[in-house]
Amino acid sequence: MHEVWTISECHQGRVKDVSYELLARGRSLADTLKVRLGTVVIGSNINTDDVKQLAYQGADILYLADDPSLSSFVCGRYAALLLKLISEKKPQIIIAAATTSGRTLMPYVAVKAHAGLTADCTELAIEEGTENLLQTRPAIGGNIMATIKTPGHRPQMATVRPRSTKPLAAQHDRPFVVEEVPVAPRSEKSSVEVLGLRGLEGQSGSIEEADIVIAGGKGLKKRDNFVLIERLAKAFGAEVGASRDAVDRGWVSYPHQVGLSGKTISPRLYLAAGISGAIQHLAGIKTAKCIVAINNDEQANILGLADFAIIGDLFQVLPEIEKRLEQRRKA
Amino acid sequence: MHSIVLIKQVPQTSDVQMDKETGTMIRSGSTSILNPLDVYALETALQIKDRNGGRVTVITMGPASAVKVLKEAIAMGCDDVYHLNDRAFAGSDTWATSYVLAKAIEKIGIPDLVITGERATDGDTAQVGPAVASWLDLPVLTYVASIENLTSDSLIVERLIEEGYQRVQSPLPALLTVVKEIAEPRLPTLRGKKRAMATNIVTWSASDLDADQAFMGLRGSPTRVVKIATPKVSRQCRMVKVEDDDSLIEAVDQLFTFLEERDLLGGLNA
Ligand SMILES: Cc1cc2nc3c(=O)[nH]c(=O)nc-3n(C[C@H](O)[C@H](O)[C@H](O)COP(=O)(O)OP(=O)(O)OC[C@H]3O[C@@H](n4cnc5c(N)ncnc54)[C@H](O)[C@@H]3O)c2cc1C
Ligand SMILES: Cc1cc2nc3c(=O)[nH]c(=O)nc-3n(C[C@H](O)[C@H](O)[C@H](O)COP(=O)(O)OP(=O)(O)OC[C@H]3O[C@@H](n4cnc5c(N)ncnc54)[C@H](O)[C@@H]3O)c2cc1C
Repeated sequence: MHEVWTISECHQGRVKDVSYELLARGRSLADTLKVRLGTVVIGSNINTDDVKQLAYQGADILYLADDPSLSSFVCGRYAALLLKLISEKKPQIIIAAATTSGRTLMPYVAVKAHAGLTADCTELAIEEGTENLLQTRPAIGGNIMATIKTPGHRPQMATVRPRSTKPLAAQHDRPFVVEEVPVAPRSEKSSVEVLGLRGLEGQSGSIEEADIVIAGGKGLKKRDNFVLIERLAKAFGAEVGASRDAVDRGWVSYPHQVGLSGKTISPRLYLAAGISGAIQHLAGIKTAKCIVAINNDEQANILGLADFAIIGDLFQVLPEIEKRLEQRRKA
Repeated sequence: MHSIVLIKQVPQTSDVQMDKETGTMIRSGSTSILNPLDVYALETALQIKDRNGGRVTVITMGPASAVKVLKEAIAMGCDDVYHLNDRAFAGSDTWATSYVLAKAIEKIGIPDLVITGERATDGDTAQVGPAVASWLDLPVLTYVASIENLTSDSLIVERLIEEGYQRVQSPLPALLTVVKEIAEPRLPTLRGKKRAMATNIVTWSASDLDADQAFMGLRGSPTRVVKIATPKVSRQCRMVKVEDDDSLIEAVDQLFTFLEERDLLGGLNA
């Protein structure tokens, strides 16, 4: 019976959180189809506890490709490995995370595997009767949901929006198999080389991976005031987000930009202060679990998408929230 | 240095308003524009031409009206433009779209660089760039935020990824997808606009390409859109107003109660 697969991403030998989310998706598909759930783990010096954790959280079989040449994501190298594995094992479904590497690897592989690929899905299900994978995704800035299937081609491939599912609880007695994947020596002639990584300024993580994002817009009025956002983010243990207007004015750097020409994010909490909620901004936060707006305009567009709003002057409201968080911390 | 830039025509969303009841877009008319993220790809190619010399070729696949975006590209300073237009292309998913684009690139001749936008604002898959690279067996560098050390046979870029900026070296030819940060787009010039009026746009149909028509259009597309739904905005906005000091305290109290109810202060000490 053809397996369901997920792609487990690693960074510096550690399996990334999003890989466990994918297993929760994969597990329910594999159970419905009554097949094994495999996961392909690609990296270098992969932490052995993390590998076990993948099994405890849903994988039946682990395809482990561990080699120094795989230490950073290089599309051609990862794709060659995955394509060989696909042609040997013929999985019926492959899901990967809609991250910068997943969104690069999967279309590259789908072309060569002659497979359909659905981008950035938020729901996956098996169609009764046909056993086709039903893939639902937001498009046109999150304004519509499209359901897509790939009836005539295998594997069926999809990328899944990070943070759109919760990982399963670990079950330490789950049986599992590890299969080492041989890694071909790399060809020197056309080699893409990763030279290094420069961290994002003033950020511990990325806004795509953050639980909470505190964002500011033009309502902050000037660069100096943007510290209100930065301080509140710190008090929340959150990352800083921004509207394009705040980024274009140089108050904060581009990796913080949320929206159509920035990042699409799904944090548990998005707090937007002094952001009007233009359609291009909202495109980036449609799948946030909870949205709080602070705005002095009762007509602001963002209120149409917010769960909670304080209508008032952010210069009063933000310091008050920060003060309250500090009090909680001390209490 | 020869760059080929791929650009797409998309429905305009900048003057669109949201219907607060239904959560749908209210489109004011249905004008089509150049995909806003593709101007950064055009600008990148033009800056390379400014610095290193060479040519910028632009390709779009789309209906007759897509000629408009090619004219915009010429007005910005691009040299040659190709319009891929045929009923046989209609309904292509990213697999089929990338096949047709790759065949057109092959016919023109593999350039030093193929450059695309990060994603198109309608289909919004970001898949076409890497897929074109796969058809052409080119190295692919996605989410490129800056280019350095561009020589005749290699380049170094910084890619904006989740963990930061990743520096990568690649041989040429290569395909890049670029993010907004890479360049400040120039405006079309008057001279450019005049040239756009005068330029003869080359149109290729399916039979002009050395391509298998079974790989194009709806028929050649592995994916099928089976349902389109408009998500209802189920969010009920709880609104509190701040008018004076007392109502400020009250509003923030309510916010904290709200956040606690949803377990959003879990990690923070109570
Ligand atoms: C092709 C294209 C792509 C785009 N991509 C993006 C994108 O990725 N991300 C993005 O954000 N935008 C994007 N935009 C821009 C977008 O259309 C808006 O211009 C932008 O989001 C507005 O930013 P803002 O909300 O910070 O500013 P404004 O719209 O000016 O809003 C400021 C808000 O602050 C409020 N305010 C002012 N003073 C106070 C105060 N003292 N207290 C409380 N509230 C106050 C105001 O009521 C107002 O609602 C894009 C536009 C185009 C055309
Ligand atoms: C609601 C909806 C959902 C869809 N979902 C999927 C899906 O999940 N999987 C799938 O395979 N197809 C999907 N499609 C089809 C897909 O949108 C089309 O194939 C489209 O032509 C290209 O994809 P894109 O808009 O996502 O472009 P992207 O891949 O986001 O575009 C990236 C870049 O590629 C270049 N480019 C893209 N299209 C062209 C073109 N026609 N001419 C020149 N350059 C171009 C541009 O530089 C652009 O910036 C969907 C279509 C709709 C309407």
